[in-house]
Amino acid sequence: MTIAFDYTRSLGPVLGRFMAGLRDGRVLGGRTPDGRVHVPPLEFDPITHEPVTELVPVAPTGTVISWTWNARPLEGQPLDRPFAWALIRLDGADTALLHAVDAGSPSTIRTGTRVRVRWAPTRVGHINDIACFEPGETAAENVAAPESAEPVEIMTTPIRLHYRHTTSDEEDAYLRALADGRLIGQRCPACRKVYVPPRVCPADGVVPGEVVAVADRGTVTTFCVVNVPFAGQRLQPPYVVAQVLLDGADIPIPHLVLGLDAAGVRMGMRVAAVWRDRSEWAFTPENIAHFEPAGEPDAPYETYAEHL
Amino acid sequence: MSDVAVIGFAASDRSVTTSGVETLVPVFEQALDRAGLGRREIDFWCSGSSDYLAGRAFSFVNAVDAIGAVPPIAESHVEMDAAWALYEAYLKILAGEAETALVYGFGKATAGDLHRVLALQLDPYTVAPLWPDAVSVAALQARIGIDAGLFTERDMAEVAARDRGGNAEELLGRPYLSNPLRAHDVARVTDGAAAIVLAGGERASRHRERPAWITGIAHRIDAQGLGERDLTEVPSAAAAARDAGLDHDVDVVALHTPFTHQELLMRRALDIADTARFIGTHGDAMFSAGLSRIGAAAEEIMSGRADRAAAHATSGPALQQNLVCVLGSNPPGSNPPGSNPPGGNQLGGIA
Amino acid sequence: MRRAAVLGTGQTHHRTRRTDVSMAGLCREAIDRALADADTGWPQIDAVVLGKAPDLFEGVMMPELFLADAIGAAGKPLLRVHTAGSVGGATALVATSLIRAGVHKRVLAVAFEKQSESNAMWALSIQPPFTAPIGAGAGGYFAPHIRSYIRRFGAPAHVGAMVAVKDRRNGALNPYAHLRQPDITPESVQASPMLWDPIRYDETCPSSDGACAVVIGDQEAAEASPRQVAWIRATAMRTEPTFYSGKDHVNPQAGALAAQALWTAAGITDPLDEVDVAEIYVPFSWFEPMWLENLGFAGPGQGWKLTESGETRIGGRLPVNPSGGVLCSNPIGASGLLRFAESAMQVMGRAGEHQVAGAATALGHAYGGGSQFFSMWVVGRHP
Repeated sequence: MTIAFDYTRSLGPVLGRFMAGLRDGRVLGGRTPDGRVHVPPLEFDPITHEPVTELVPVAPTGTVISWTWNARPLEGQPLDRPFAWALIRLDGADTALLHAVDAGSPSTIRTGTRVRVRWAPTRVGHINDIACFEPGETAAENVAAPESAEPVEIMTTPIRLHYRHTTSDEEDAYLRALADGRLIGQRCPACRKVYVPPRVCPADGVVPGEVVAVADRGTVTTFCVVNVPFAGQRLQPPYVVAQVLLDGADIPIPHLVLGLDAAGVRMGMRVAAVWRDRSEWAFTPENIAHFEPAGEPDAPYETYAEHL
Repeated sequence: MSDVAVIGFAASDRSVTTSGVETLVPVFEQALDRAGLGRREIDFWCSGSSDYLAGRAFSFVNAVDAIGAVPPIAESHVEMDAAWALYEAYLKILAGEAETALVYGFGKATAGDLHRVLALQLDPYTVAPLWPDAVSVAALQARIGIDAGLFTERDMAEVAARDRGGNAEELLGRPYLSNPLRAHDVARVTDGAAAIVLAGGERASRHRERPAWITGIAHRIDAQGLGERDLTEVPSAAAAARDAGLDHDVDVVALHTPFTHQELLMRRALDIADTARFIGTHGDAMFSAGLSRIGAAAEEIMSGRADRAAAHATSGPALQQNLVCVLGSNPPGSNPPGSNPPGGNQLGGIA
Repeated sequence: MRRAAVLGTGQTHHRTRRTDVSMAGLCREAIDRALADADTGWPQIDAVVLGKAPDLFEGVMMPELFLADAIGAAGKPLLRVHTAGSVGGATALVATSLIRAGVHKRVLAVAFEKQSESNAMWALSIQPPFTAPIGAGAGGYFAPHIRSYIRRFGAPAHVGAMVAVKDRRNGALNPYAHLRQPDITPESVQASPMLWDPIRYDETCPSSDGACAVVIGDQEAAEASPRQVAWIRATAMRTEPTFYSGKDHVNPQAGALAAQALWTAAGITDPLDEVDVAEIYVPFSWFEPMWLENLGFAGPGQGWKLTESGETRIGGRLPVNPSGGVLCSNPIGASGLLRFAESAMQVMGRAGEHQVAGAATALGHAYGGGSQFFSMWVVGRHP
């Protein structure tokens, strides 16, 4: 599965001016009280811990301090063809900046190579306003716009990562049963409680034993009515999320209760699973669309009080 | 104050499920069994893991299920390699808040593209948006070391040949992965889990005939800036080693160095004697690897193969954060003069 | 056991979006105030402990690594704690252990959250694909347990609104609070939208950017302090699983056992009588009566009566959250440390307009996860 979000980074006074400089086509360094110029700038002086306030321009040209060859560029990197990563000390700076160098081939870059900034065609106040560096002794072009007073406040950074999740044996069996239209639990050999979905008993820390069939109906122990939209939500509010204690299980599962007005849902209400059409079944809990009233009398409070 | 010892260790490189629980249950059982302790006899539990490794928030919460924490337990978690969780547990015993502790780490490094995930450890404003992968960052460090004449690509290949077999000559004939790193210079990323049981003073001696006493443990962090620091020096490791009382008397050393050149840098930073034997690894099980290095060093003591052993754990890009743990067959009080007492205020040397 | 004390505290102005500062700037705003309050210089800090909730909130893996220099940890030991919502409390407890173990003399504990960098609800909704897709949001997790509490003890509906009114008015006395609402009334709370029935909008914590920092010192450092310190008289932490058969979500065992251990260690036999002020982690108003019971301030079913009687207001028998609490400011990772810091501020006599007169003994409390991680301390004017 992929997790992706466009993070909004607020920059503060130092990085805000640094990014504004990039937007305007100039690189700024932060001068610390010892006279050293740091690029990228530090927000606080490492020796005195005082805020850095003085930003000074440095050249768009510099020297490669270290490099490596990146033969297979990855998602999100500055170039989509093979390039060099390099630590580059810009002329006028005392520290080095990490960036990409569009060197063409590994034979055209070495420690000491002179490089210059290649600016992005459109610049917004982001580290990517430097598209990359390229070999060269002098600045390619003067792109610097008149200095504008406005520091950049927020910089957007998309983060996109991909993960492959792995089920446990118990989860695997549970999903296989669901694909077959069945609900199963497993009994803890220590406390004898039936867990649905089956899992290592959280109370005893032991691997579950006996597989137990549980009913696809049960009792609402407690619930809430979700009226509010929020990020990551998969359903349109309002809806009822209830804890449903399935018959034969010793722990409730959270699920939707639909098929009646939200105001009609009660603690103790008996509900039954509504399965999706058999043709849609897969190895997923989503085979059960939701629960709805089973048409049975409510369960007495005492029968579920210990599951609250 | 109590002396603290490792009395049990277990590790697994079994593929980890998303929750980690299924891997941890047998690891806990083994570690406790070796320590001669029951689950309920553990006063404090502490773990290390990472949400970004797992690809979701609160990933450590599920792992608590493996403990069986009913009735409730004293427990804590660091978003770090579990070697630092061991440090926290060590403190609890020194402080008198616990007599025994179980420390565990776990990680499913293969769930995502680890080298891309680790880019998120870098400065989020000026570096991470470029997505420099972890191997490239390490390669930049290696080249500086080579350019400075500290080691050669052959030295690096020899480290790999020692741990993985083959000979350096043959390895050097292979293509670069991220110049100057070749595939053999990069530790294989693995899933894994590990657990260590600690006990204080008399409890340690009662449960284990030959506990591995922690005679010193310390850790430090350096500033991150890759272009700010001298990447060939590891001041945090040197300071930690000094405070942990690491000297030339150690018989065996277990370093946590995900890249071959980093072992070479660490040998210099820690001033390790040429006579010391190195315990190799077969992969980097993120977030339990550092703890496992302490476990491996402790096993050398507990088994009687060594009298003094040192372990190291690292975290962050290019050896940014480092922990050193020195273990011995005798409690710290019985060590020769000159070594540090545990938990003494060892900060005099820090600038 | 060695003694430890809070030498000083600091916090940021908490807001929905602190777009004027970076993460480092946010932390430093709290740290600089804490160092000044503690009359402590950077060279005196021996180690740093940083607490934060999930890294996905800011999109930085282990942000303490890139922050090490800015927060003054470079060259020093740095620990990063993460115990879900209780992390701020756990951060203070780890720092305390560093002192009690005799390893350090002065430790800086700092916790932060910059929620505006992303969206916490989004980050929390990420679940492996094979789990049931029943997202209800943070309030949706806790609302059913509030319903259970109300059902179990027949608590009247207006108690939740009373807590909201009290805390928001308290927040108006706290210059750092995110929400400051001196004019809020029970009627306005009950007229606010129902978000997660039975939780209304005004009974819900905000989402904040913010940080908190605390300097903890050993006995020698505390005795050398020219200012009143807050002696850490006892600490406790307990954990239980998120779910297990028979778990009591209304009155979780872990919280109750932590409280018992805490009172015993502090030598307190009647907490309601002996504690002068409590900063309790109340993200939804109904958790005040629930935690009053869980902590042993009131018997089962008596918590709502204590709240209803008005005794938890400033001036009452047990003022709860005079700072406004989590209901007024919620930078998640820092929210627990804020409770611990505010309890210290009370016994140090430095809580400003929300000072509880004569406070000599105070509770700081945090919880997290599915009501499963609890951390707490008792601080006092005297050791």
